[in-house]
Amino acid sequence: MLTYAARKLLMAVPILIGIITITFLLNFVFVPGDPVRIMMGQTANEDTIKMIRKELGLDKPLYVQYFRLLGRLAKGDLGRSYKSRREVSDMILERLPATAKLAVSAMIAAILIGVTAGIISAIMPYSIWDYISMVGALLGVSMPVFWLGLMLIVVFAIKLNILPVGGYGNGQIEYLILPAITLGSRQAAKIARMTRSSMLEVINKDYIRTARSKGLSEKIVVIKHALRNAMIPVITVIGTQLGYLLGGTVLTETTFSWPGIGRLAVDAVRARDFPLIQGTVLFLAAVFIIVNLLVDLGYGLLDPRIRYD
Amino acid sequence: MDKQNQELEIYSPWRDAWRRLKKNKMAMVGLGVIGLLVIIAIFAPYIAPHDPLKVDLMNSLQPPSDEFPLGTDRLGRGIFSRIIYGARISLRVGLITQSIALVIGITLGALAGYYGGWVDEIISYLINVFLAFPFLLFAIAIMATLGPGINNVFLALAIVSWPGLARIVRGQVMSIREEEYVEAVKSLGANDVRIIFKHLIPNCMAPIIVTVTLGVASAILSEAGLSFLGLGAQPPTPSWGLMLSGGRSFIRSNPGMMIYPGLAIMITVLGLNLFGDGLRDVLDPNMKDN
Repeated sequence: MLTYAARKLLMAVPILIGIITITFLLNFVFVPGDPVRIMMGQTANEDTIKMIRKELGLDKPLYVQYFRLLGRLAKGDLGRSYKSRREVSDMILERLPATAKLAVSAMIAAILIGVTAGIISAIMPYSIWDYISMVGALLGVSMPVFWLGLMLIVVFAIKLNILPVGGYGNGQIEYLILPAITLGSRQAAKIARMTRSSMLEVINKDYIRTARSKGLSEKIVVIKHALRNAMIPVITVIGTQLGYLLGGTVLTETTFSWPGIGRLAVDAVRARDFPLIQGTVLFLAAVFIIVNLLVDLGYGLLDPRIRYD
Repeated sequence: MDKQNQELEIYSPWRDAWRRLKKNKMAMVGLGVIGLLVIIAIFAPYIAPHDPLKVDLMNSLQPPSDEFPLGTDRLGRGIFSRIIYGARISLRVGLITQSIALVIGITLGALAGYYGGWVDEIISYLINVFLAFPFLLFAIAIMATLGPGINNVFLALAIVSWPGLARIVRGQVMSIREEEYVEAVKSLGANDVRIIFKHLIPNCMAPIIVTVTLGVASAILSEAGLSFLGLGAQPPTPSWGLMLSGGRSFIRSNPGMMIYPGLAIMITVLGLNLFGDGLRDVLDPNMKDN
């Protein structure tokens, strides 16, 4: 398992280099206009601009800039923001707890809601409960995330006035509820659909019949025998949905004024602060790769038949 | 001979698929929604009671009335009329991005699947790198470079959409390139281009159609997201996402400004998803739901 993890991690390196290359091309090659001029505004004088170009290494040929960038990134140096002149890595780390808290709670909410709805649908197929959860799931994948967020704000913050409109507060849970539900809605829907179909497939297997005929209670059959086996494709869905979740933080954080990395990225794009854009994109892409690796390794815990050698 | 040909045509797999699709109620509902949307988009000038761009400050922020069925926005433009015209934007986003993605995805996927070897190595590497980006974040990063505007949205969403298609085409081509009929055409002296486009691609159309249908839905959602962030369509374009973003300031006084464009997006995407799911069940039961 360790060698498998190490090999997978090693395979992630060329992917990361590819991602760095694409963001480099996007940020420094294809950008119309001079980033320094964008940063300084149209009124800056030529000498200052020249000086800053030199300071940032933008006067060097592109390939030199590229390899310098790789060298810097290998040391974990993401450069400085054009706008605030602060270290990009500091700015990201500052925002990380808020995003992590939001993403993890959204995923937990999605798994709880999705798996429960999926199980209910599967053990009572074609019942009213099945119908309600599947229509809900269908709406969940068809709604723009941020729109759901705004609707929740209208209902719970404005009309009922029981939850805050947005912001982070001092980290109280009230501030987290609506953003987490919003961000997790799409994943909950996908998980519910997958759990349902996977459970329905498993529930007709011979070993379930065996378990039942042994006289085990329905609860144990469903939870211990069916669910555990049905979870493998569900875990795959969770893995593939993580990318959407990370991308979704951008919209959800903007909707709820949540001070996380997603909003940092949007602010960076609006300010055309390229080192900050590059930093946030690289960071989230790296997180995505690592989490996928963890999901991959997680299969083994659920299904001992999977061997990593 | 002629008669035989006719019979062969009657039993074509497409006809069979359509017959099964017709039995799928949800898919037919989806198709109905899509059809309605296309009609609305084409006949927008005849359906919409007002010009979607005409500013009329005298009628700013009106509640729903006979003249303005869903009320007006800050600039006095009818929300109903803007939603009608918005169907044009959304459909264009879906169709144009998927067409570009289709050309890139089919070409690269087919090349990788057909030739294998180093061609496949390079293309697969590209696909993996592109897919390693969180989808929307990648689109945002591209928009940061290109600058806002609906035409750039087409390009950005095409760039993030092609790898998924390419991967599917590559897998399909790989699995059928060794089939006997391909060998038969090869031995008849057909060149690679002809084999790929005439014989391989048509045989992997089923998963392509499914992916593109769901891709249109995803593109419409992404455009709405980008426009909501201010990075997509620019005012005064009647984009549904942009309308939502404009309605945000009036969330307390006039929530309708946000509710209706959101509903329009949801119904459209729902229709496409229903139809896409139905198509998948009919054309390609082995495709995984993810």
